[in-house]
Amino acid sequence: MTFWKISALAAAAVLAGSAAYAGCGLKSGKVAFLGNDFPAVQDVVAGAKTCAGDGVTVSANLNKDYQKLQVAALTANPAQYSATHVTTSSIVPLLSAGLLRPLDDLVAKYGKDLEPQQLIKIDGHVMAVAFMANTQHLFYRKDILAKVGMEPPKTYEDVLKVAAAVKAKGIMPYPFALNTKAGWNLAEEFVNMYLGEGGSFFKPGSAEPSINNPAGVKTLTMLKDLVAYSNPDYLTYDSNATQALWESGNLALATLWGSRGGSILDGKGAAPGVVENTVLAGAPTVGGGKIPATTLWWDGFAIAKNVSEADAEASFVTMVHAISPENILPHSADAVWLVKGYKPTPASAGVIATLQEGSAKSYPLYPYMGLMHTALGDTLPKFFQGQQTAEQTLADAEAAYTTAAKAKGFLK
Amino acid sequence: MKHRTFFWFILPSLSAMVLFIALPIVSVLIQSVFVAPSQVLVTTQSCGPFGCTETTTVDAAATAKAAEAHPLGRFNGLGTYLDRAHLATAEVAQAWHDSPTLGAFVRALMTLPFYSALAFTLTYTFAVTPVALLLGLAVALAVNALPRAIRGPTIFVSLLPMIVTPLIGSLILFWMIDARGIIGATLQWLLNDPGLSLKASPALTWLTLILYGIWQQAPFAFIVFYAGLQTVPHETLEAAMVDGASRWERVRYVVVPHLAPLIVFVALIELMDNFRVFEPIVGFSAEASATSLSYAIYSDLSGEVPRFGSAAATSILTVIGVAILLAPVLVRTWRDFNRKVV
Repeated sequence: MTFWKISALAAAAVLAGSAAYAGCGLKSGKVAFLGNDFPAVQDVVAGAKTCAGDGVTVSANLNKDYQKLQVAALTANPAQYSATHVTTSSIVPLLSAGLLRPLDDLVAKYGKDLEPQQLIKIDGHVMAVAFMANTQHLFYRKDILAKVGMEPPKTYEDVLKVAAAVKAKGIMPYPFALNTKAGWNLAEEFVNMYLGEGGSFFKPGSAEPSINNPAGVKTLTMLKDLVAYSNPDYLTYDSNATQALWESGNLALATLWGSRGGSILDGKGAAPGVVENTVLAGAPTVGGGKIPATTLWWDGFAIAKNVSEADAEASFVTMVHAISPENILPHSADAVWLVKGYKPTPASAGVIATLQEGSAKSYPLYPYMGLMHTALGDTLPKFFQGQQTAEQTLADAEAAYTTAAKAKGFLK
Repeated sequence: MKHRTFFWFILPSLSAMVLFIALPIVSVLIQSVFVAPSQVLVTTQSCGPFGCTETTTVDAAATAKAAEAHPLGRFNGLGTYLDRAHLATAEVAQAWHDSPTLGAFVRALMTLPFYSALAFTLTYTFAVTPVALLLGLAVALAVNALPRAIRGPTIFVSLLPMIVTPLIGSLILFWMIDARGIIGATLQWLLNDPGLSLKASPALTWLTLILYGIWQQAPFAFIVFYAGLQTVPHETLEAAMVDGASRWERVRYVVVPHLAPLIVFVALIELMDNFRVFEPIVGFSAEASATSLSYAIYSDLSGEVPRFGSAAATSILTVIGVAILLAPVLVRTWRDFNRKVV
């Protein structure tokens, strides 16, 4: 054996050794992750990639439209992705189609670092593991509030008063905004406010809709009163638009997603004076109710059912490693992490305040909630454009939902 | 040509048409008469970071088992076509019965998703097609009259709207017409109305979409007409000039009749194109004020719970719509064809 051969072997041995170390204790397996594309998920994927090497491959497809690929990709056998990003609502179609692998055994074997609250249990079985929380809450500008001499609002009625004062003083023509783009966003604001009013979407124990009621009317009335303080373009406002409005200093108050806090406070693209005066507060209540008018969301991962046992195990180990405190805590500013040892940052103050309220509700996990959400998104704009009364709009939303629910087999 | 030879000659394109056009349409047709199987629902408890709640879930195994015998779902006949999301026969009858005036009936009709989508689709088609044709012809005549040296660059610039991807083009314009964008702010200044917003009112949104459609569609008409103009016989034009015809008369009596077959062709293509208007609605975030049949299909397929049956029914209705729209032109072509044979 020549000298160079020996050194090559030695080098190979060293490489193999380090690869085995990098493999998170795994010998082999194929991990393919499908997820949404925002900084917190990128942090998780970066953590997962440290497990690659020595027979373990880790790949990820991060895509804003991941939800549209999910069901088809996991229906295939073997599934296109072994692990997938799920949220409070995007887990529902996967559960309904039975495409997720129950994780009880894997949690027992590898999940000692997971907090019990991270486990998403359906009917007693762990179906997903949550890693972050998100919710919509109030953002306000303390300098503007000082100018009008008012306290930070605790209710949406207060929000209206502050907005009226800001407008009356001529500080801003349109001091308030929330994500009111026709479709999903507008429907989400309805869901938030309706739960704050104490409403429920379905008749108990059935898929029959029940939104055409006084709570629904009050919800629509409150939303319309609020958007009176928004720019007339409000039916085109999604998260990107409202963030840009906030950063440009054109808003005094806004209800935005907590996950936008980090990118607003980083100061990139913000007008002078905006960042240092931005305060993130809990979600307001409405109509004298005690429940914050918002919905709580978690983001997590789930493992596909249609993959080999070895790949499922490798994927679980990799993902648990990816969301372990040592991987996640350096990225504390990117999200409200649901992991051991997470310390809130200024960017998460609003979400934490909403969570501490204790009574805020999780986004409803009914298999037909997605159809209700779509029906609301399609029908509500007519009310905001003044073409229909609240009662007519809600009756239309119920009719649109019923049509869809019948076609999907949820209603007879 | 012998029938046998003709058959072998046409076979490759015929089989491609069956494979790529006929079969997909049949598949869509089949999907549209079925709806999803009944879901077996169970009440369960769900727990997560925010506590436990009572909820309902689909018993996936039981549902799959019940659906085994009917993999396509439940047969629904024309049920999907007649439901509220499509032709809404029951709702239309009810609205007819309840409405004291024709105006009230039309307003009631416009709250139904299919009819409001159809209203915008037809308005857009019949507003954009003629104006784009006229504009294309006018630009073609103007470019044809230019000195040769600057024709090339002018043609290139005139074609730009067609080169820009519709979605990107509409997205760029969407930001330009924003109240703080260059066009939106200029309009506010010109009309002295600081509250003016092109995105807020349905009427202005329709107008924006139609203007965008004309801007986007005119170059196609222009380039076809410009090519046609190169074939106008000089002798006829010169004879008309000798007879003392003005420029307008030459266009009216020589150029336009010469281009007539091309005009029919462009009109046909643009009618079909405009009937499936979709990208500008997404680009301009106009779904609150304007939806089209294509947008309805997209929204069925892209929801959290995709609705294939509903999308399939709208697709078939769109195919029928295109057929009705093109019928006059096709009938005319057929008559011309028969006349030539005789």
